[in-house]
Amino acid sequence: MHQSPFQTPLSPLPALTRRRFHAWAALGGAGLGLGVWGSAQAQFRVEVTGVGLQQIPFAIAPFRLSPDLPQDVPAIVRANLERSGQLRALPGGSAVLDETARPDLAPWRAAGVDALITGSAMRLADGRFDVRFRLWDVVRAQDLGGLSFPVPASDLRLAAHRLSDYVFERLTGVPGVFATRIAYVSRHNERHHLWVADADGENAQTALASGEPIISPAWSPNGQQLAYVSFEARRPVIYTHEVATGRRRLLAGFRGSNSAPAWSPDGRRLLATLTFGGASQIFAIDAAGGGQPQRITQTSGIETEPAFTPDGRQVYFVSDRGGSPQIYRMSPSGADVVRVTFEGNYNISPAVSPDGRWLAYVSRIGGAFRVCVMELANGRITPLTDTSADESPSFAPNSRLILYATQVQGRETLMTTTLDGRIKTRLANLPGGIREPDWGPFQR
Amino acid sequence: MQAHSCTVRKHRSFFYQPVSRAIQVATVLCAALLLAACGSNVNLAEDVPVTDRTAVPVQQIGVAPDPAAAGAAAGAVDQRAVTPVQAGTTAIGQPPAHLARLVFFDFDEYTVRPEFVPLLEGHARFLAADRQRRVALEGHTDERGGREYNLALGQKRAEAVRRSLALMGVQDAQMEAVSFGEEKPANAGSDEAAHSQNRRVELVYR
Repeated sequence: MHQSPFQTPLSPLPALTRRRFHAWAALGGAGLGLGVWGSAQAQFRVEVTGVGLQQIPFAIAPFRLSPDLPQDVPAIVRANLERSGQLRALPGGSAVLDETARPDLAPWRAAGVDALITGSAMRLADGRFDVRFRLWDVVRAQDLGGLSFPVPASDLRLAAHRLSDYVFERLTGVPGVFATRIAYVSRHNERHHLWVADADGENAQTALASGEPIISPAWSPNGQQLAYVSFEARRPVIYTHEVATGRRRLLAGFRGSNSAPAWSPDGRRLLATLTFGGASQIFAIDAAGGGQPQRITQTSGIETEPAFTPDGRQVYFVSDRGGSPQIYRMSPSGADVVRVTFEGNYNISPAVSPDGRWLAYVSRIGGAFRVCVMELANGRITPLTDTSADESPSFAPNSRLILYATQVQGRETLMTTTLDGRIKTRLANLPGGIREPDWGPFQR
Repeated sequence: MQAHSCTVRKHRSFFYQPVSRAIQVATVLCAALLLAACGSNVNLAEDVPVTDRTAVPVQQIGVAPDPAAAGAAAGAVDQRAVTPVQAGTTAIGQPPAHLARLVFFDFDEYTVRPEFVPLLEGHARFLAADRQRRVALEGHTDERGGREYNLALGQKRAEAVRRSLALMGVQDAQMEAVSFGEEKPANAGSDEAAHSQNRRVELVYR
């Protein structure tokens, strides 16, 4: 559980003892009831659902809400949990149930609800709001605990995301990623913006505005900086940029092109593609600045798109040394090069899952560029999309989703997919083109 | 309102321009939560009913006096805040009159076609006439394929033009091969006619 500094656990209601929660085994139901919700401007919406999914049915009872609550906290939570594809919302009834209530669970059980969320969001004397909730295991009639988030109005969305993370982890055993952030780039009327948004696509804020393109944003391992390639100098150069303060630093502005930044997992250095000798080669650069870049690859062709494994011991990258772009693996010093992809003649943009089990990449299959995932233990490859212009896959920090850019009906969009390709969401309704997404790490 | 330069000059080539005049547009230093200072995760005593709001510790909210001070004090900046930055621009110089500045390439090709040799020879003479003249060779690709890989392919085209000019006597210090990949198409269309106009190297004087 990623504990926030501003959350406080609620004690269990007195008559119930806190018992260890058992896995929600064998929860039934091939539920396909995922709907479209809300009227928000730019939110990831569930677009595709597979068959035979095991989804946990949950309900959110009407919270006790302050009349001046500026964010619909229960609606944000519901949208988050449904978007995961692993939970399915059932009607929450009409009776207000806050975190102090001890609901009669029998009718909920009869309605097929396995998990019930009760709670409140009330104004405190100091002007903040206290978001509280309690999670009930309806089947076992167990209090699964709750949290209190006393937050300013500006943090209500974050409180809703943290609430969602708690519920998701208790119900699925997997950490939620609702409180994480994504970065992406938009292009509209020749204006280019680098955005930082909540993982649900909302609350987008500009980190950088430019008259020239921006590509390849990459979150630092601590989630506080972005490295990216900017063309504002009429050539590609790499900046590192502290998002909270707007403070940025030219990491690589060397002669030629500077691109494809990739942070080492300890955040101390980056790999990037530089063109000192004419060819695009991978170099290591100290994240703190200073010192000469160290050349890692030694070919006369194209070596680019480095991506560290989460343990920092290997680097996946793209090379045309075999005559077509393919993904290879090497040590961070450039030794022990092994070819990884063999199917097709165009495999690019590798990304390794944070749990180290999966490699996502883009493969040209019959003229279409599609996100594929390889299970690294056995090399098994699964194409995950049926679109034809996929780009820039990156993993959610819990390794369960891949975020990527693609085109739908000629429009650039961002999508997420589960690793089996069965559940997809799409970030819709943004003006102009949106591309180059990168999913940030867990943050405290 | 505050503006400060964040440029760190890493490398002194004559081509380098101090491009990173990162102008902080806003001082959106929101009520910065003093995250480190606010004694977090206090367990409510097991016997305290959850309705007892006095049991929840009141957090301190700090408002930083100005962004610089906030940045200097570790932990004083709300780490979820986003401060917008406006990127600078770079001016370009005068090209030679009566000389085209575009070299086109065939699909998946990275060699200069013979028909463009006279054009490059014209540029070589222009550059030889004044060794202070500087030209950027900006490589471009069509939109198909990945952005980073296309950046490398555009570099390959720019490099081909650089080698041609070098053979024609242009000094290395007068040229820089750079790439825009697929990011700045000359023609926004998606058919082969557009693609063929986008596979190009532009000679841009600085």
